[in-house]
Amino acid sequence: MLKRTLLLIVFLILSISLFSENDSLIFLENQTPFEGFAITGKDIPNDGGGGIEIEWSFPDSLDNFFLTVLRKDEAGNNSIVATDLLVSSKQVRDVSSEEDPSRVKDGTKYYYTGILSKKMVDEDFLNMLISKENGYSKNGIYIFNNDTFYVTAETDAIISKASWFNLSRIPVVISLILISFVFLYYLNLAKSGKELYIRKINGLDAVEEAVGRSTEMGKPIMYILGIGYVTDIPTIAGLTILSRVSKKVAEYETKILVPSYDPVVMTTAQEVVKEAFTEAGRPDLYNKNDIMYITQDQFGYAAGVDGMMMREKPGAVFLQGLFFAESLILAETGHSIGAIQISGTTETAQLPFFVAACDYTLIGEEMMAASVYLQKEPMMLGSIAAEDLLKVFIMVLIIVGFVLSIFAYGFNIGIFKNLFDLLARALQV
Amino acid sequence: MLKGKGIPIFITFLVGMIMIISFFIPHKPFGDIEKISLNWYSIIAGFTMLLGVDSLIGMHFRKLKRKDENWFFSLVLILGFTATVVVGIIETVRFGTAFDDKSYFTYIYNYFIVPLQSTMFSLLAFFIASAAYRAFRARNFDATLLLITAIIVMLGRVPLGEQISPYLPKFTEWIMQVPQMAAKRGIGLGISLGALGVSIRIILGIERSYLS
Amino acid sequence: MNFFIKLSKIDRRFIYLFIALVVVLPLIFKPKFPVVVSKPVQDVYDYIEKLPEGSNVLISIDYDAASMPEQQPFLEALLRQLFKNKLKPILIVQWQLGAPLGTMGLEKIAKEMGAVYGVDYINLGYRPGYVAQMVGIGKEIRDYFKVDYRNIPLDSFPMMKNVHNYNDIALLVGLEAGSTYLAWIEYAGGRFKQKIALALNAVSAPDAYYFYQSGQIVGLVGGMKGAAEYEVLVDKPDLAVAGMASQSYSHLVIILFIVLGNIAYFIEKGMKNKEGGK
Repeated sequence: MLKRTLLLIVFLILSISLFSENDSLIFLENQTPFEGFAITGKDIPNDGGGGIEIEWSFPDSLDNFFLTVLRKDEAGNNSIVATDLLVSSKQVRDVSSEEDPSRVKDGTKYYYTGILSKKMVDEDFLNMLISKENGYSKNGIYIFNNDTFYVTAETDAIISKASWFNLSRIPVVISLILISFVFLYYLNLAKSGKELYIRKINGLDAVEEAVGRSTEMGKPIMYILGIGYVTDIPTIAGLTILSRVSKKVAEYETKILVPSYDPVVMTTAQEVVKEAFTEAGRPDLYNKNDIMYITQDQFGYAAGVDGMMMREKPGAVFLQGLFFAESLILAETGHSIGAIQISGTTETAQLPFFVAACDYTLIGEEMMAASVYLQKEPMMLGSIAAEDLLKVFIMVLIIVGFVLSIFAYGFNIGIFKNLFDLLARALQV
Repeated sequence: MLKGKGIPIFITFLVGMIMIISFFIPHKPFGDIEKISLNWYSIIAGFTMLLGVDSLIGMHFRKLKRKDENWFFSLVLILGFTATVVVGIIETVRFGTAFDDKSYFTYIYNYFIVPLQSTMFSLLAFFIASAAYRAFRARNFDATLLLITAIIVMLGRVPLGEQISPYLPKFTEWIMQVPQMAAKRGIGLGISLGALGVSIRIILGIERSYLS
Repeated sequence: MNFFIKLSKIDRRFIYLFIALVVVLPLIFKPKFPVVVSKPVQDVYDYIEKLPEGSNVLISIDYDAASMPEQQPFLEALLRQLFKNKLKPILIVQWQLGAPLGTMGLEKIAKEMGAVYGVDYINLGYRPGYVAQMVGIGKEIRDYFKVDYRNIPLDSFPMMKNVHNYNDIALLVGLEAGSTYLAWIEYAGGRFKQKIALALNAVSAPDAYYFYQSGQIVGLVGGMKGAAEYEVLVDKPDLAVAGMASQSYSHLVIILFIVLGNIAYFIEKGMKNKEGGK
């Protein structure tokens, strides 16, 4: 009997302690840890919809505290946006994603609440807050199992919406209009028959000589497009030069080898060469197998092309496109077999290597203009003149900014500071 | 009008314009166009890989069949290619990932690809030496200036420079941040405008040399 | 005189031989070189030191075996600093062939520092997508990385519970052998205001100075030299510091050849002038 009573007492004590551990909750309504304890939310501007930005600005002393953000929708459904964010991060975005496309619906009213805590938020406490019966309608201090949680008041209703125009890109629209205007003006000028000048580019004048000499020696020509993809502008520029070079190759009735890094580039190069040969009246000389795929491994490609150079001993090597660390490995090998080398790239880090190892190097924009130079059609020349005018415009802008900044920050003159900031803001995207 | 080259030029113009417009409109369906077209490109590029493999293997098969000079290396390539693909598939099935610690694919990676790539890259050290030796001659004033700067930077970028004079690395840093940057920014501006020009020429159909 | 003329026509293979010797010998004899830390490297270190405990650091492996000597020492030094400061690295890979290198470095240092997988660090491996992926992480990292590199769901790891997008990442460190960093700066940095630090191969480091100057990246670790500086900062000199002697001597040999080449050039020019004078 005594035994049974004792057991009962032990059981009672145990159940009370368990019970109390589960439900020790003290609630102090409307209490806040500091003045202005709140979070704010707004629709993310200039986005495609389905996104709300929640921000908070707490004292620096709370930087290492955690903040958990909850959301309530119009129907009263509660859900967790994010748990245990560092207070110092100052904002979080509640957005729909591919995995959860209907997380934030446009046009629906949402209300947000933040929970500030020193320790990571307790899961039971969180579940209690978001359960439909309790809700988290009341703000204040909750002490749950001796941990303190500060709950903010609900934000006002926030509605996410999609924007029809990205206002932050207005400077881009203005530049777009300006650029289009300049281009159209010069294209019209070219159409009306006005002669436009393009300066001499030695590297491009040498194309004819390189192809000619290679033919005389009975050697093929090698055209290397680098390791760019067809989405890279330098690769596209390389392909336009390839078209001109292969036309010369067809006229001289010699052979062109194009080892490729990317299959899409290879297929495009095949089409470009085929078309150029047809245009030159020698479609019979075109051999698809001369434009081959090597590998999509940077140094594997370099090894493959180097090996091909050593075996085929081309008389002229063109390196036109996007090059990285393999640039010198290719160019030095080309030099060692005594080929005339004409290189061009937009990668400024590789230009010194090309200049050192090649006979001619097209520096950046010269390469972009190469196709125009080799064809010299009036419309094409018009576009180059337009580029030049834009360049002058940018130079003027740089000089203005430079002078303004000297007066603004060198001599500390207020009005120039305002002007400088205005200019900087106008150019910011 | 819309025949021959007209159709592809029209498609290029249309797609170019849509991409430009979608840059400014985040609203559906415009906002997702960039992402969708990048995904499409990935899918198409994946299939063209087959063309690439066909080109590579085809070329070496032909060499092998004709018993061309160096046909043995073509055999090595074909065997190496097949072995890597087969091992990769088997190990992916076995471990869930080809790069498991115990997988033979990791073995191929560690003991073939790593040393081969490192070897090719380290060739640069040698090629830089021979190219620099040939190129850096004090032919005229400009070349002399380049030569002196090159030597200063080469010394300033290694601990040896610090031992010669503590000012050398600081001076090198200045060369890198000021004159070097100025030149690069200038070239960069030209390149951006050039890229703009190429794009506009292609979108407007003025440049058509890339079309077949 | 004659010696210099001969020198000017030297077979390039002799130059290669000299370079090979000055690279290999210091690696065997290990002479000591003091390493002075430059500002761009110090900036990366300081920025990480100031991060609050428990912050997530996204590390992108954008290099492969070819750049291993330059990048691997930095990766290891960086991870030592992160684990020491109780920061949580999340490893992702943009260059597929770099995945094993990232895993190797991460596992090695985690073991050394007693870090626990899924709690203190995580390895998400390679996913295709490139730019689309970088933009995607801005919304939800799970759109691209539902599982880690061993196909275990992300949500089963405690440290990933609260990681959704760039908001939850204190710093992105890109280890770069190519130009992938441009996309990181443009998309993660430009569009999502993600703080970025970069480690670049020596050859492309000068290109990234733009972004350092303009404040688009918090700091810059250039090549093996930068890695050596970082090893000194975390107080654990390793392979990169050892490589400094090789690098110093090889620069010296190249300079020597350039000087000799120029002497030969002037002698030859002088002789030609004399002949012309006659």
